[in-house]
Amino acid sequence: MAQGVFAITEQRDGAFRKVSYEVVSEGRRIADGLGTDLTAAVLGAEVEGICAELEKYGPDKVLVADDAALAEYTTDAYTNVLADLIKAADPAVIILGATMQGKDLAARLAARLEAGLAMDCTGVNLNGDQLVLTRPMFGGKIMAEVEIEGTPRIVAVRPNVMAIAEAAKNGSIEKAAVNVGEVKTSVIERKMEVTDKVELTEADIVVSGGRGTGGDFAAIDALATALNAAVGASRSAVDEGWRSHGDQVGQTGKVVSPTLYIACGISGAIQHLAGMSTSKYIVAINKDAEAPIFAKADFGVVGDLFQILPALAEEVNKLSS
Amino acid sequence: MELVVLVKQVPDTEALVQIADDGVSIKTQDIKWVMNPYDELAVEEALRIREAQGGTVTILSVGTQKAQETIRTALAMGADKGVLVTDPAADGSDSQGTARILAAVLKEIPYDLIIVGQRAVDEDNYQVGAAVAEMLSIPQVSLVVKAELMDGKIKCTRAIEGGSVVVEASLPALFTTQRGLNEPRYASLPGIMKAKKKPLEVKTLADIGVDAATVGAGSRKLRIKSLKMPPVRQAVRMVEGEAPADVAAELVKILHDEIKVI
Repeated sequence: MAQGVFAITEQRDGAFRKVSYEVVSEGRRIADGLGTDLTAAVLGAEVEGICAELEKYGPDKVLVADDAALAEYTTDAYTNVLADLIKAADPAVIILGATMQGKDLAARLAARLEAGLAMDCTGVNLNGDQLVLTRPMFGGKIMAEVEIEGTPRIVAVRPNVMAIAEAAKNGSIEKAAVNVGEVKTSVIERKMEVTDKVELTEADIVVSGGRGTGGDFAAIDALATALNAAVGASRSAVDEGWRSHGDQVGQTGKVVSPTLYIACGISGAIQHLAGMSTSKYIVAINKDAEAPIFAKADFGVVGDLFQILPALAEEVNKLSS
Repeated sequence: MELVVLVKQVPDTEALVQIADDGVSIKTQDIKWVMNPYDELAVEEALRIREAQGGTVTILSVGTQKAQETIRTALAMGADKGVLVTDPAADGSDSQGTARILAAVLKEIPYDLIIVGQRAVDEDNYQVGAAVAEMLSIPQVSLVVKAELMDGKIKCTRAIEGGSVVVEASLPALFTTQRGLNEPRYASLPGIMKAKKKPLEVKTLADIGVDAATVGAGSRKLRIKSLKMPPVRQAVRMVEGEAPADVAAELVKILHDEIKVI
């Protein structure tokens, strides 16, 4: 009978993505709830050395698939290797992060294993042995409670939502046999944006600008720098060409879940709200006191962002000095 | 080049979505239905590839009879023909059920490249493209912002957090779209007139040889137990002051001392 929890971590160039700690921590909670073991899988090239970093989050076993062919993520190689590991482990639950890589992998793996997959979950609960998952639909306009039939149950959790928790376990590290199998894709280049800014979906604080910026994001960038925050944008700001598509927060852009979201000159179209409504705290700054964004915010300021934001940045800088 | 685009009819992203009385589905009356925005990018990309190197663009969808409208929209943009699978037994299929239907159609028609939206903006499952690729045993590339074809291969630039990667896949292949790929064209009036005469086949599960027991609501592995509106936030607290500096000081005090987020 399928049992155990299998957490799939994500690393890039030998550094774990933050979501890896989130899925191992959440995997530990599920495993404890089910009274079963947690295995954390690490895939990559020359990644054996980093596995020990996972131990403090309490896996019973870290399973490492180390192979030159896994240096860059490709759907086929990662799916082939993981399908083998999962068939051998026969887990009841698989958990991974719903990152850009994780969504691609989870979907292919679910089809390969003919397993049910709940994508982009923001809540994981146990009702007896059954997992009850909360996931946004319609870009967060509706929250669904879902259950998965059969095993394994695949849960892809939204990055930045699950709490990271340390757990004392004397886990083992085990090297897995790797058979990459047939691979029809290859990565020929990777380009990272040279920036000291935090990635939007991983940021604790996001400062976003909309039409009200008139295309001038200098004040937003300055506040983001003061707060060590990521910069986001509404669809209209992206459509105007003021920011790149990668910065768009919304139903047809990125979905973010920071601790603090500061919406500047954003009216609050449903489209935009869908991408940030699971933020813990929302601050809205807008000239128009009637803007719908205020109905969704915790704190509101009616005023000119070009005056408020520099004043805010100055106050924030006072804190750190 | 045989190009197939998978499309889905979904509620408009500006639509107010409400929960139906059964508690597990949404009210479908009074909703404006549109082509899934990511599928518009897929149709546009297929048209551009056909314009550059010839071929046929086929639009394939699973849905209600009403989904013919969405296929007609794609035909009006310039696609050549459409196939809709509609069957009461297919209603309520989850991603893998839907993929099974799409794959069954695809197994009977020629294709070099399949393009599909990264997700449908209704259930936001992000799964159908990958599941179709798996069922057809072809490679997939997700979240593509640039695609270039060259002898028997496709080179895709794929968005990742903080950057992009260039992935090469052998054809036939499937890729999913990300915003930034292109700007979809609007259907022209002559295009709309021409679309009315373009072939649109409507098929049932029996026509494509899919066992009704393997799809539909009964086959769902992902079961919706309940739908809820998102938790409502407490009423907004307005922060006021004489000058911008006073407002800023007050707001920073709240964020730093009170809720301790900065």
